[in-house]
Amino acid sequence: MKNSFLSFIKKESLHILRDKVTMLIVMLIPVVLIVLFGFAISTEVNNVDVAVVAPERTDGVVDAVNRIAHNDYFTFCGYIDPDQIDQELRSGKVSAVIVFASDFDRRMAQISTGLPSTPIIQLVVDASNVNTAGASTAYLQEILLGTASQQAMFETRMLFNPQMKSAYNFVPGIMGLIVILVCAMMTSVSIVREKEVGTMEVLLVSPIRPSKIIFSKMIPYFVISCLVLIIILLLSYYLLHVPMSGGVWGIFSLSLLYVLLSLSLGLMVSIVAKTQVMALLISAMVMMVPMLLLSGMLFPIENSPIFFQYFSNIVPARWYVEAIRKMMIQGSPFLAVWKEFTILLGMTVAFLGVSLIKFNDKLE
Amino acid sequence: MRQFIVLLQKELIKIRRDSFLPKLILSFPILIMLISPMLATMDVRNVNVAVVDLDHSTTSHRIISHIKASEYLSLVGATSEFDLAMERLEEGRVDVIVQIPDHFERDMGVSTPEKISIIANAVNATKGTMGTQYVIQTIAHALVEVRNEKNPNQMSELVTVQNRFNPTLNYRHYMIPALMIIIFILVCGFLPALSIVEEKEVGTIEQMNVSPVSRFTFTLSKLIPYWAIGIFVLIAAMMIAHLVYGLLPAGSFWVILLGTVLFILTISGFSLTAANFSDTMQQIMFILFFFIMIFILMSGLLTPIDSMPDWAQTFTLLLPPRYFVDILRSVYLKGTTLSELWQDFVALGSFSVLFNILAAVTYKKQA
Amino acid sequence: MSEIVISVRNLTKTFGNFIAVNNISFDVYKGEIFGFLGANGAGKTTAMRMLSGLSYPTSGKGTVAGFDVSREGEMIKRHIGYMSQRFALYNTLTVGENINLFAGIYGLSKKSAEKRTEELLAELKFSSERNTLVKALPLGWKQKLSFAIATVHKPDVVFLDEPTSGVDPVTRRQFWEMIYKAAEGGTTIFVTTHYMDEAEYCSRVSIMVDGEVRALDTSTRLKEQFNAESMHEVFRTLARDAERGELET
Repeated sequence: MKNSFLSFIKKESLHILRDKVTMLIVMLIPVVLIVLFGFAISTEVNNVDVAVVAPERTDGVVDAVNRIAHNDYFTFCGYIDPDQIDQELRSGKVSAVIVFASDFDRRMAQISTGLPSTPIIQLVVDASNVNTAGASTAYLQEILLGTASQQAMFETRMLFNPQMKSAYNFVPGIMGLIVILVCAMMTSVSIVREKEVGTMEVLLVSPIRPSKIIFSKMIPYFVISCLVLIIILLLSYYLLHVPMSGGVWGIFSLSLLYVLLSLSLGLMVSIVAKTQVMALLISAMVMMVPMLLLSGMLFPIENSPIFFQYFSNIVPARWYVEAIRKMMIQGSPFLAVWKEFTILLGMTVAFLGVSLIKFNDKLE
Repeated sequence: MRQFIVLLQKELIKIRRDSFLPKLILSFPILIMLISPMLATMDVRNVNVAVVDLDHSTTSHRIISHIKASEYLSLVGATSEFDLAMERLEEGRVDVIVQIPDHFERDMGVSTPEKISIIANAVNATKGTMGTQYVIQTIAHALVEVRNEKNPNQMSELVTVQNRFNPTLNYRHYMIPALMIIIFILVCGFLPALSIVEEKEVGTIEQMNVSPVSRFTFTLSKLIPYWAIGIFVLIAAMMIAHLVYGLLPAGSFWVILLGTVLFILTISGFSLTAANFSDTMQQIMFILFFFIMIFILMSGLLTPIDSMPDWAQTFTLLLPPRYFVDILRSVYLKGTTLSELWQDFVALGSFSVLFNILAAVTYKKQA
Repeated sequence: MSEIVISVRNLTKTFGNFIAVNNISFDVYKGEIFGFLGANGAGKTTAMRMLSGLSYPTSGKGTVAGFDVSREGEMIKRHIGYMSQRFALYNTLTVGENINLFAGIYGLSKKSAEKRTEELLAELKFSSERNTLVKALPLGWKQKLSFAIATVHKPDVVFLDEPTSGVDPVTRRQFWEMIYKAAEGGTTIFVTTHYMDEAEYCSRVSIMVDGEVRALDTSTRLKEQFNAESMHEVFRTLARDAERGELET
């Protein structure tokens, strides 16, 4: 019996390995995506286009505009007339317009001597993107008023991610998203394919136990996923410079568990799905949305209504992303994520158990 | 014509008889539009702040009460032990620590006082930056208030801010157009390709290839149902946006419709091209997954394109959804007109022509 | 002899170094049942795909129903019916819907499509199954339906690729009756099979080995020529030194 199990695994592996193109794609896709997204995706507010309305281009105004033009966050797009404000913002040519008072210089002088004053600058901001609007308003005030404002009184420190590199923030999320989707897709589609073609029936009438059939299907994909995982971790460390201060082995074992979980999820899908199309639609399209929105990779979970905060507890990616963030970025040791690890383990056992029971049921 | 009608009937019957597709097509867009705007918010609220108050003055108390009152910040507690606050931050229970130095109030009036330190957990970069900004603004307001009480009229707000197009700073309004686009990408990007590859796997496509059906007719009969579904999605999504989230387009519906039609043409053309390059469901799955992930994550749907490094910004020019994101958001929120968006429309139009030509050219009826 | 419907001269198809079909020549006459035999991998399907406009020849000439296989593939498709080895009807459509679909594809008007549907259902004795989903039919019935649909537009030639593989003997018998009936009506039948007893039903038989046509005549004369008791033996003699494909009888 043991031999037949081994030969089964061999058959499955050969089946996958023979299709070199698919193999290559399977390995390449996660790697390309993670590197691409790791470098490109960022939520920092950057390159905000700014135009200026100044009735008189006095020294003070020119000076302030220069400070903006030389600031990394902003791109100065030139002076415009007051009646152009609306059109410039609406067409998206600029995201903010600074309107200086005509007696800007005189009033600035008053302020530095401590005399009372009324508004001297108006910021008209395209608030359709809320975060860009909020951040650029704050930065602009800081730059424009300089010492006249209170900003100089603060000293800020960003812990764990001092350069505010977004790659740090997104690598765990992207890993969590891509690993689960790719693994679930691979397993579910390949099993349903066998059901459709009819080879599954041949296997099921053989004397091999159904659980072994299932495992023999999962093992090759598990191996592939491990390879992918190793590549991803190496790239994250050497290319994206994610610190991984929580220890490589901890990160690796947690990820292995997550891969197993994802494969089991694919198995569950394969039991529900009658056709390959359905398997694919469930594991790619239907699952993509909650993974994207409820894993905390992009959108903080605590912003969602309370019901969905509870709901996010059953989204596996949420726990993985949380734990891996702690270990990769905050440098927490493996022990600090025992809770997430246990939950993921529980989910894996549950998925596998349900799949096995259902799989056996089908035989009756 | 008759040929085309029977083929179209066949597609519709196939979709209708499927045990899963009709449910998916109906419920998926509606559920996403109903629920996702509540989830897809990067709006930074409930930033947990701990204050380390070494000053214990009126000013420091004023600062604490302002933080407590802020709608963005929530005060976890005030302490005089920095280490305790730091511990809470490491546990993740505190996002930002504000430390008010000793004699802050006394020094404020006379010389340059010792600075207030703000320490943020920046593991989540967005929350780190935005949280810090909110804290600074809140404290600044508190200080202005304190000064005004001492020398009335000395300072008032020097800068006024006018938030155009989304005065309530509602993040949902920013995300709703993006969510619509995600639905278009998933529905009109996945479904036509899967339907074609399924015919390839089952073998029915060979029966078509050996018949006098032209590839144009066959392709069109595949696409039309999904175009119709796309338009249905648009209307359903706009209705939900209005009824549930109170968002009506600021610009013209016809401009939105034109953009949507061009986008659906583009994405379904892309979908067909991908199908032409795959013989099995496994192949199409990886091809689609790869591109759709790039479309969703790199087109400015979820994170701004302006925040990307230069090479990535250049790369996004190759992604058709990028132009539609621009169109839909601008028209919806800002009321931008067709003539102001002509570049986006030209780009999107070119992509739709390109992909559909590509789809027709790469479809092989014989080898 | 009556008119020639399929004419093939020196037809060749290569895939890289592999010569799938090597320089074959033959004629098929109107109303004939032309048996196209050969082991798996002998090149039958490739040859048939070229004749039905699914694949272009590398060299050589051929006409089907008066149209050139290299240049007028789309015209050929209007005048032939094709039944593939794999069942290729739409599973989620009913029997009636499938017939109506293909009638429409071959340009029958709505009215004549309805009439033709009735005719075919009656011929198949399927009238009660009109609204059954095709996937619910037993295999033999599916094959009969496929054949009926291949003749929905009364084509000049019908190509049948292994139409009876896996079908029980009774249904096979019925299937061949349908073929005879179509041939009597003047339709030319071009059929591949590896059932040697079926070869006996054909007007003439060609046997392909290693991409070449090695024998072509009526089954009676072939048996004489090879001094054999049955077509089975003829085939074995010819295929004995085949280099590719396993002997399948």
